[in-house]
Amino acid sequence: MSPSDSYHGRPVLKQPVWTWEIPCYFYAGGLAGASAGLAYLSESRGNEVLARRAWSAAMLGIGVSPALLTSDLGRPFRFLNMLRMFKVTSPMSVGSWILTASGATTALATASVWTGWFPRAGRAARPAAAALGLPLSTYTAALVANTAVPVWHDSHRLLPFVFASGAALSAGSAGVIAAPPNHAAPARRLALVSAALEVAVKELMERRLAEQGEPYRHGAAARFGRIGQACIAAGATLLATRGGRSRGAAIGAGALLSAGALSARWSVFKAGFGSAANPAYVVRPQRAGIEAGEARGAARRQSRVLNPDPARGSPATAPVELFAS
Amino acid sequence: MKLDTHVWPGSYGELAKPRMGFFTDTSVCIGCKACEVACKEWNQIPMSLHGFTGNSYDNTIALDADTWRHVAFIEQRVPADATGGASLVEAAARGEAIDGGVATYQQGDGFRWLMASDVCKHCTDAACLDACPTGALFRTEFGTVVVQQDVCNGCGYCVPACPFGVIDQREDDGRVWKCTLCYDRLKDDMEPACATACPTNSIQFGELDALRARAEHRLAQLQRAGQDTAQLYLADADDGIGGGGAFFLLLDEPEVYGLPPDPVDTRRDLASIWAAAGAAAVALGAGLAAAVFGGSR
Repeated sequence: MSPSDSYHGRPVLKQPVWTWEIPCYFYAGGLAGASAGLAYLSESRGNEVLARRAWSAAMLGIGVSPALLTSDLGRPFRFLNMLRMFKVTSPMSVGSWILTASGATTALATASVWTGWFPRAGRAARPAAAALGLPLSTYTAALVANTAVPVWHDSHRLLPFVFASGAALSAGSAGVIAAPPNHAAPARRLALVSAALEVAVKELMERRLAEQGEPYRHGAAARFGRIGQACIAAGATLLATRGGRSRGAAIGAGALLSAGALSARWSVFKAGFGSAANPAYVVRPQRAGIEAGEARGAARRQSRVLNPDPARGSPATAPVELFAS
Repeated sequence: MKLDTHVWPGSYGELAKPRMGFFTDTSVCIGCKACEVACKEWNQIPMSLHGFTGNSYDNTIALDADTWRHVAFIEQRVPADATGGASLVEAAARGEAIDGGVATYQQGDGFRWLMASDVCKHCTDAACLDACPTGALFRTEFGTVVVQQDVCNGCGYCVPACPFGVIDQREDDGRVWKCTLCYDRLKDDMEPACATACPTNSIQFGELDALRARAEHRLAQLQRAGQDTAQLYLADADDGIGGGGAFFLLLDEPEVYGLPPDPVDTRRDLASIWAAAGAAAVALGAGLAAAVFGGSR
C-alpha cells in the first residue's frame, strides 16, 4: 500500500491479545455442545452405548473450557466477574452464561447417566444440556465476528456455520473414537457429513471475503487451514472405507478428524491477527465505500457556518468552558 | 446536534453532567508532546520505550495501554509555499489570512509537516463498552468512556472491538487501559492534564456541543485561507460511531494520520450477527437429529 494510505505503515487496529487457550476453547466448546446433543438424541433413539460415550465427551469438553478461558484472562482470579452482569451487546457475556448453564446441566446429565444417581434431575438436565449445547457451539463465532477485525467481522453471516460444522465434526469424531464401530453409526454419519460441510463452508467464506480474505491465504492461518483440510480429507477417507469394521481404523480416523477440526479453529483465530495487523484491510474497503457513495465516512470538509467568526474560530481565544451551565 | 448516547444522560437523571470532550485542532499543533508528558505524569502511566523508530519525530508509535495521548508526525512534499502557484488575488487572500492568525504553523518551503495529538475518541456508540462482559467499561456522568480498574479481568474483548485500535492490555498488569478524559480531574472541576499543558490550544476541552460549534468556525476559516483538505473528523452524529466525544480538525485524509476513514461500531451489525449464530445453532440441531435418526442405529 502507498505511504499516504497509512501512518508509516502502522496498523490501525490493535491485534487481539488472546492466546492459545482461545482457539482450543473454540474446539472444546464445540465438542462439548454438539456431543451433548448427539448424546441426548442417541439416547432417545435407544443407542445407550453411544449416548454414554458422547456424554463423557461432552463432559470432557465442558470440563476443560473454564480452565482454558480463565487461564487466558489478564486477571484470572477475577474470572467470576464474567457473571457480574448479563449483556446482550456482549457475546462474551452471553457466552459466559451459556457456558455456565451448559456446564452445570452437562455435569448433572453425565453424572446421572454413569452413576444412576439423581435420576429425576438427570432426566431434566439431559435435554437442557443438549439444547444449550447448540448456542454454545456457535456463539464463539458471534464473539469474534462482533469486533472491528475485518476478516472476522465481514464473515459474520457464514462464520457461525463454519463453527457449527466444526462442532458437529468434533462431536462426530469423538463419538467414533469413543464408541465401538457397531454402536457408532450415527457418529460416523455425523462426522462424514460435517467433514464435507466444514471444508466447503470455510472455503465459501474465504471466497466471499474476496480481498479481505487474504489473511486466510498467507502465513499461519493458511498453514492451519491446509493442515486442517489434509487431516479432514485423510480422516474422512479412512472413516468411510474402514471405520465401520475396524476399531483401530475408527480411532485413527477420529483422531485425524479431531485434529482437522482443531486446526480449522486455529486457522480462523490466526486470520484475525493477520487482518488486524495490516492497515490496508481496514482503510481500503472504508475508503472504497466512501468513494462509491455507500458511506459518508467520518470526515467532512464543508463547514456548517457560512461566515466564520474569527473570535470563535481562533484557538487563541479558546475558552475553557468548565460546566458553564 | 445530537449528543445522547445509549445510557447518557438517561441513566444518570439529575446527576448527569454536560457531555465533556476534546476538540483537537491539529492545524496549530507544534508537536511539542507536552500532552503526552502531562498525561503520563498525571495518570502515573508506566514508561513505554520503543527505541528510535525513524518515523519522523514519533517514537511513541501509537495509542496503547501506556500511551493515552499520541502525537503523530507526517512529513509531506507540497507545492511550494503560500504564494507559489497562486494568482495574485489568491495570494493576497492567503496573506490576509496569515496576518489574521489563521494560517497553520505546519507549512512552508514546499514542505508540510503534519502533527496531530491523537486520543481515545470517547465514542457516542462505543464498541469497547458494549463488548465488555464485566461492566468494567462504563459511561460516566460526563458522557465519557472509562475502565473501572477494580473490575476489569483482562478478558481482552474490547481490544479488537475498538475500530481505532485505542484500548490495549498492559502485559505485566493484565488489565486494559486507555484515556479516562481525566475522570478524576473532571470530578474536581479541573481541565484534563493534556489540554491544560497544550501551549497552542490545539487541544481544547469543554462542553461537547460548544466545542463542535467552535470547530465549524475554525474549519470555515481554514477553508477560506486555502486549506482545501482541512476537515472535521468525528464531529457528526451520523457517522459510524455516532460522533466522537473527542473529535479532530485534520489537514489531510484521516488514514494519513493512522485514523480509519469510516470507523463503524460493530454493534450496528450485532442483530444480524446474533441471527446468524442462532440460525447456525438451529442448523446444528437439525444436523445432529438427521445424523442420529437418518439411518441405522
